[in-house]
Amino acid sequence: MRPDVQDQIISIIAREAVLEPAEVRPEMTLEELGLDSLGLVEMIFAIEETFGVSVPFNANEPTQTDFDVSSVGAIVRAVERLIAGPAAAVA
Amino acid sequence: MRRVVITGAGTVNALARDLPGTLAAMAEGRSGIGPLDLPDVERLSIRIGAQVTGWEPEALFDRTKLSLYDRFTQFALVAAGEAMAQAGLAAVPGDPVRWGCVMGTAGGGNGTVNDAFRAVFAEGKNRVHPFTVPRLMNNAAASHLTMAWGLMGPAFSVATACASSNHAIGLAFQMIRAGMADGMLAGGSESMLNFGGLKAWEGLRVMSPEGCHPFSLGRTGMVQGEGAAVFVLEEYEAARARGAEILAEIRGFAMTSDAGDIVMPSVEGATRAMRGALADAGIAPAEVGYINAHGTGTAANDRTEAAAIRTVFGDAPPPVSSTKAAHGHCIGATGAVELLACLLALRDGVLAPTLGFQAPDPDCPLDVVPNVARTAEVSVAMSNAFAFGGLNAVLVLSRA
Repeated sequence: MRPDVQDQIISIIAREAVLEPAEVRPEMTLEELGLDSLGLVEMIFAIEETFGVSVPFNANEPTQTDFDVSSVGAIVRAVERLIAGPAAAVA
Repeated sequence: MRRVVITGAGTVNALARDLPGTLAAMAEGRSGIGPLDLPDVERLSIRIGAQVTGWEPEALFDRTKLSLYDRFTQFALVAAGEAMAQAGLAAVPGDPVRWGCVMGTAGGGNGTVNDAFRAVFAEGKNRVHPFTVPRLMNNAAASHLTMAWGLMGPAFSVATACASSNHAIGLAFQMIRAGMADGMLAGGSESMLNFGGLKAWEGLRVMSPEGCHPFSLGRTGMVQGEGAAVFVLEEYEAARARGAEILAEIRGFAMTSDAGDIVMPSVEGATRAMRGALADAGIAPAEVGYINAHGTGTAANDRTEAAAIRTVFGDAPPPVSSTKAAHGHCIGATGAVELLACLLALRDGVLAPTLGFQAPDPDCPLDVVPNVARTAEVSVAMSNAFAFGGLNAVLVLSRA
């Protein structure tokens, strides 16, 4: 896990959840963070803009996508996979 | 109180450019959803919609007038023309000061906005078409209907997102009932199927990339449509006196606000709207034979609407269908287009199906008339519209 990516994502999540970055821990879920569906969509937008990636996410089936939003740590890993691109996923 | 009836109906949508074609498509279970054909579609992640294809406005309108008509105004004018013809009216009967117009739209001249922004931002131009403002304004369609038909009474547009049409028709109904007007053109018109309009919708991540499956397990979101439907509403005694064919009677209307969330719907707000419309009509839930649902195909709407219907109608609600998988979600026009399905049920005894249905969702315990139309005797029909912003509007109609 690259610390800079994790730090940036935690900073994005903290901003959406109106928390201090130090309060956001990798095992926390969106519910624990108090993020609703709009907050989640805004968070994904911020991630896309920050890392120049396109996140596959449909609010109608949040658990059906390849982008795991079950916890902060899961989001960080999913973004790292997106940044690495499809070649890395195969390798 | 005065009674209010529908004596004319007209439409343009992805199913057909007229009422008979649209009703036939609904009865046959055809869908107008397909690949979108518009500039820069390859830069969209959502590439399907219910588009009015092959639209050639030059063949329909005078060139000097056309430069003032955004696509949503064009749809409204054609639909209104059909509605007036069906009502047997070459001009409004009686005093034109007693006739008006209420039209719903969410985006107004959204295509005109898109064209103007493209010109100045993308193409680096320093001027836009001189009629950009009169084309894009939200009331443009309503105003052009007044000019086309000489409607000199109350006229305005209503913008309540996906409930705009139901609010428009409901307000027109109330005005005639209260004696403020003798007749109204009412309905809705929308055209947001352009690059900018769809980009905005993509951002919310509620649109389906593959299809519309209202109330179905595994549904993946809404699919956008475009079009218009316009109705001629008249006071009952006057309509009878002139020998008009009465298509249906508008019996009740209610509007409520969730006062909750800007996008998430509420069972309570929807329940109050349905109960309010029934109370306004003086009709018991058991008399309702068909509900045209809002049924967008999103996870949240369909679950919430199903719960609200069960709250109002109990364990054996009447058949419910969403026709959005046929004509798409026409946003500000959708309530008007969907009222056509209520006319089909009341007049022809045909319940338009919920297309795209794959499997029952335990969260949506309703008889949704899956995939194939059904015949039924319907004397009372309800039409739901529950908008972003938590604004709900429900109409109750009965057979003439």
